[in-house]
Amino acid sequence: MRLIEKIVAWFDLRLQLGAPIGDIAKHQVPRSSASWFYVFGSAALTVFILQIVTGILLALIYVPSAGEAWDSLQILNHNVALGWFIRALHGWGSNFMVAIVLIHMVQVFLFGAYKFPRELTWIVGVLLLLVTLGMAFTGQILRFDQDAYWGLGIGASIVSRVPLIGPWAVRLMLGGPIIAGVTLSRFFALHVFVIPGVLIAFVGVHLLMVLKLGVNEWPMPGRIVRRATYLQEYRELTHKDGVPFVPDAIWKDIVFAAFVLLSIALCAVYFGPFGPSGQPDPTIIQTAPSPDYFFLWLYALLSYLPPSAETPILLIGPAIAIVVLLGLPFFAGEGEKSWKRRPIAVLVILLLAVGLGALTHLGTYTPWSPVMNAWSSLPIPSAYLRGRTALERRGALVFQAKQCHNCHPR
Amino acid sequence: MSTETRSTSRRALLVKVGLFLNGIVGVALAVPIVRYLLSPLAREKNPGYQSWLSLGQLAQFPAGQTRLATYRNPIVNPGDGQTANIACWVRNVDDRTFQVFAINCAHLGCPVRWFPQSNLFMCPCHGGAYYQDGSRASGPPERGLFQYQHKIEAGNLFIQAGELPTPGQPVAIKLGGKSPCACEPPCA
Repeated sequence: MRLIEKIVAWFDLRLQLGAPIGDIAKHQVPRSSASWFYVFGSAALTVFILQIVTGILLALIYVPSAGEAWDSLQILNHNVALGWFIRALHGWGSNFMVAIVLIHMVQVFLFGAYKFPRELTWIVGVLLLLVTLGMAFTGQILRFDQDAYWGLGIGASIVSRVPLIGPWAVRLMLGGPIIAGVTLSRFFALHVFVIPGVLIAFVGVHLLMVLKLGVNEWPMPGRIVRRATYLQEYRELTHKDGVPFVPDAIWKDIVFAAFVLLSIALCAVYFGPFGPSGQPDPTIIQTAPSPDYFFLWLYALLSYLPPSAETPILLIGPAIAIVVLLGLPFFAGEGEKSWKRRPIAVLVILLLAVGLGALTHLGTYTPWSPVMNAWSSLPIPSAYLRGRTALERRGALVFQAKQCHNCHPR
Repeated sequence: MSTETRSTSRRALLVKVGLFLNGIVGVALAVPIVRYLLSPLAREKNPGYQSWLSLGQLAQFPAGQTRLATYRNPIVNPGDGQTANIACWVRNVDDRTFQVFAINCAHLGCPVRWFPQSNLFMCPCHGGAYYQDGSRASGPPERGLFQYQHKIEAGNLFIQAGELPTPGQPVAIKLGGKSPCACEPPCA
């Protein structure tokens, strides 16, 4: 025991990290915020660390070449011991990370935590959401299968619609005239170097501000945020009714982190890795590409928007959404924090949840898409047969043989 | 006191000189880095954006039918693998008139499939459908299928290809359907 203390003291004399780490651990947080509602930020960080570890493990085998990526995924799935499990952990980790980041954002929004003085924490958080989605999209491309290939085509088609610079932006995105080896290489560089670097930097700034400004107190209806008085009130609150972060608050973070990691591992074992689907051969056209779960709502939206409104909505909509999210703390930086006194905030979340949920649900069974083999493989809808005359039944045969059934399910 | 101020300001000047030198080196390095990053835009140095390619003997494309054809992209890099193989639809109208359609839906680029019984091209992604001449039938596309320029030489069908057709691309707008920005004739 004495020896361990001596070793620790030897390192601390040189690193001088003991005191600042001790200060961070013991810093006072409002008793009310040592709550199960406050565990999602640390959970997102936990999953991100899991993604870094599993990502490095996958990079030991994965080959970022358009000609070999798909084969290297097959090797991971079938030839490398537990390669399928690492792929499954990384794939399910990505789904969990997007979900937890969204839950964290909703919690922060409903608890008014974006208000003074935490505006910049919120803004960096919005940027973190964007880079997390960027990781999800580029990761889906690295699983270089049919969905990834045609997903790149969809991305290029959307980018090409940007006025004036569209065609140039497409060539920059693809790295050349077609979707090919260079395209995968640049998405590999984005997914493995560029975006993670940005993500780590933003996480650092985000965490630093949480420590410097203190975590948001539990919102009480009627306790109004004012720029002139808030800092003083918060200081008094943490002074009078504060608890040290370690151990009073952190134990919930640790327990929840373990729960999340266990859930990811169980999903990975039970459901296995995602794909890869068919080979990325553009001459195999018997395919119905669809995006990963978190982009299904967009897939549905792109089918339902009227053709004339699609390009403007597609290009302007995301820009408006990002500006609104970034601007939120500036037009609602003061006032009521509690969701109990912010009916519009609650309504916005409900509308978004119902809207995105409905679109995602539609995206899982694509009622707008022709069923390519319905004419040859599906039975004639019984309504065309039951109680019909012989002539009408001949009509049902025409309906089937002329491939009408593909687009007209009944 | 005064000597200290003077020496401090001399050091401050040296810092500025140092920053200035770094600025010059930075710009000198930035120019090649930016040019490297923008290299996919330099079309003249990237041959193969539009080249004449053979789709094979005319006999493969019987009159009155629409058949799938494939070609190898004119420029292939070592890591491209199968992605350099591209498919397209060839329609032989009457042995004199041909149409060559891109495989990519004019909506968002998914691979369209030909259904000879209904004489329609259908897209599996967002439900776009096109008539046999490539014009839009229904669904989200704003225009007809992209078409390749083609010619017949020595019994072979050639097309001009090499770049992924996308809705915003000037070449594609010129060749097939109307531009998403263009008006119908009455409003022009």
